Amino acid sequence: MVAVGLPDARARRSRATRGRRAAARVLPIIPAFALIALFFLGPILWCLYASFTDVALTGATASTPHLIGLRNYRRMFEDPAFRQSLWLTVAFVLGSAVIGQNVGGMALALLMKSRSRIARAVVGAIVVGAWVMPELVAGFVWYAFLSDDGTLNAILHGVGLHGKSWLYAMPLLSVTLANIWRGTAFSMLVYSAALSNVPDDLLEAAAVDGASAFARLRHITLPLMRRAVMTNLMTITLQTLAVFTLIFVMTGGGPGTKTQTLPIYMYQSAFKFYQLGYGAALAIVLLAVGGVFSIVYLRMMREEV
Amino acid sequence: MRRQLALVMTAVTVAAAVSACGDSGSSDSKTIKVAYQKFGNFIGADELFKKIKPVFEQQNPGVKLKLIPVEADENSYYTKLGLMRRSKATAPDVAYEDTFFVNSDAQAKFLMPLDSKLSAWSDWGQFVDAAKAAGRAGDGKTYGVPMGTDTRGLWYNKKIFAKAGLPADWQPKSWNDVLTAARQIKAKVPGVIPLNVYAGKGVGEAASMQGFEMLLYGTANKLYNDQTKKWVAPSRGITDSMNFLNTIFSEKLGPTPQQALDPHWSDNVQGQELPQGKLAIDLDGSWLPQSWIPGGASAWPEWSKTLGTTPMPTQNGQAPGKVSLSGGWLLSVGANTKNPDAAWKLVQLAMNKENSLFFYTKATQVSVRGDVTSDPAYLQGNPTQKFWTDMVSVTQYRPAYAVYPQISNQLQAATESVITGQATPDKATSDLAGQIKQLAGPDKVEGAP
Repeated sequence: MVAVGLPDARARRSRATRGRRAAARVLPIIPAFALIALFFLGPILWCLYASFTDVALTGATASTPHLIGLRNYRRMFEDPAFRQSLWLTVAFVLGSAVIGQNVGGMALALLMKSRSRIARAVVGAIVVGAWVMPELVAGFVWYAFLSDDGTLNAILHGVGLHGKSWLYAMPLLSVTLANIWRGTAFSMLVYSAALSNVPDDLLEAAAVDGASAFARLRHITLPLMRRAVMTNLMTITLQTLAVFTLIFVMTGGGPGTKTQTLPIYMYQSAFKFYQLGYGAALAIVLLAVGGVFSIVYLRMMREEV
Repeated sequence: MRRQLALVMTAVTVAAAVSACGDSGSSDSKTIKVAYQKFGNFIGADELFKKIKPVFEQQNPGVKLKLIPVEADENSYYTKLGLMRRSKATAPDVAYEDTFFVNSDAQAKFLMPLDSKLSAWSDWGQFVDAAKAAGRAGDGKTYGVPMGTDTRGLWYNKKIFAKAGLPADWQPKSWNDVLTAARQIKAKVPGVIPLNVYAGKGVGEAASMQGFEMLLYGTANKLYNDQTKKWVAPSRGITDSMNFLNTIFSEKLGPTPQQALDPHWSDNVQGQELPQGKLAIDLDGSWLPQSWIPGGASAWPEWSKTLGTTPMPTQNGQAPGKVSLSGGWLLSVGANTKNPDAAWKLVQLAMNKENSLFFYTKATQVSVRGDVTSDPAYLQGNPTQKFWTDMVSVTQYRPAYAVYPQISNQLQAATESVITGQATPDKATSDLAGQIKQLAGPDKVEGAP
């Protein structure tokens, strides 16, 4: 009995000590967790709740909202403006993040890899400079560059060419370019770091075996960078999904609805047409779109080469 | 030691969070909070409340007046006001309120009915009936005291008119007269924009109110039928208004679509196109001189010599012959105020004769008080003030329903499709009717042939 009871008591004691120790470790995190729950989780839960109501900013439903089930979501799928803004969002994310920032960042990182220190410093400073700039300032800079009497048209006139109303004639391309310009630095930094982890001896061995530069990139560098690529894609996709300020400053979602991506449409519904409930439902959908992208990327990352 | 530190940190964080929560909610009967807009050129309300703050506090010992100037454009001001009102702790006791939100804010139970207080107020008889009606909601109760109004009509440049051989005392009697003058200007004075009528989503509400509705309300139809309580679409009037816009833009009598769709176009008209003599006729509002008076954003002392004003005619000159639409703001009292008497005293003080005149002058408002209108000080300094005040006799208000902002947005989109040539006037009208049906509900819409 004693022989059996002893380890049991010891285990109980050690479990109690462990419990106390764990509590002591958890305690300092509690305030931070409470703050996150209050200011991050709380609003998301409220948003989820609001998306099932017809709460508005004014009118009868402002003070006495009703639960209306899935009506906001059903309305969304019948709403041509929603479908349009969903496609615009996808086009904007694919164009400016998945293709623009991603490929641009990779190209810059590869080109800078074996250049002189000075060239790297200069290019790096310029690219990162665009990234350091607050989104609002970047938006204004691009508005000033592309507007009717802006810098680009002034330069074109200077060399005898006709300008164009860029923000009017090709609004989606304009905001896509602006977002590429702003965000490429992030991809470049991630890829520069990942490239430095690709062992040189592997590349040299391949070169000795007669592999071309492209083959070395295709079969050695890229596979080794796979995780970095996926992490980077996920980060920039989620960032670009949420881009609001840049588009709002440059075009306000216009002309018409030609650059009305989901965040802009959400803002309009909730704060211009005062339908908080519908705006909240759009926010949840945006959250879901981000979630789907994340899952896809995480899956792709898990598959080993 | 470590654990103690953790405890201290916890305590500090919790204390900070709790005190941050408690701070914003100081709402008691000893403080009257007044919320109003202060933005760009518009500082009239701020000046008014700064002026009366010491007077109010002296007249009401023990009560403090807290000013909450909201720095936001008109649309964002309303969003912020709506958000403030969602919590009793932040809801203002008195607010500067757009007349056209009175109905939906009363439905939202944000506002206190003032009827019993108004009937005991001797000044109330001085307010003109149209303005009184603007503060009345669908339930028949009045929720605010008007702070003046604005009216709309045609501004025209007499110098350009002289060059084009048009009279300095221009009095168009129909839409055709307006188009004829614009065509004559286009032929004889190249390089100027003959006629500006706002359209498209870029300029927002200006396209609905100064543009489309100034046309529609000069036809046989309106946007809303007060008798049947239904929106009117499609209608002959809507198609004719779209056709008028189409004529302006297809004959190049107006700005280019790119100019018209620039979100800053209405500011450019006020700040550049008119002062620089690049625009001949402008369908616009009574408040334009606000930025031309000394101290304004684009001071232009000669404006009253260069510009003339004339009413916008009805489509074919039918009675009453002229059209004007009005907006305007009022002071409302919050439904949850802890001290309704002090809040009401503040409204009375702010809108007495002296302070009304002060606000009208500072904010370039059109008077809605009979005793101020007949005061020589009111007409002083702005030669067009009499013209715009006379328009009050024919002016009409927008349908003040919660769904209007969305319908207005569809109006803007419809006019945009016409001026860019994406849709014919007929198609724009039927598209618009479809959108209005969707927004208001099919049983709330009627067509008019």
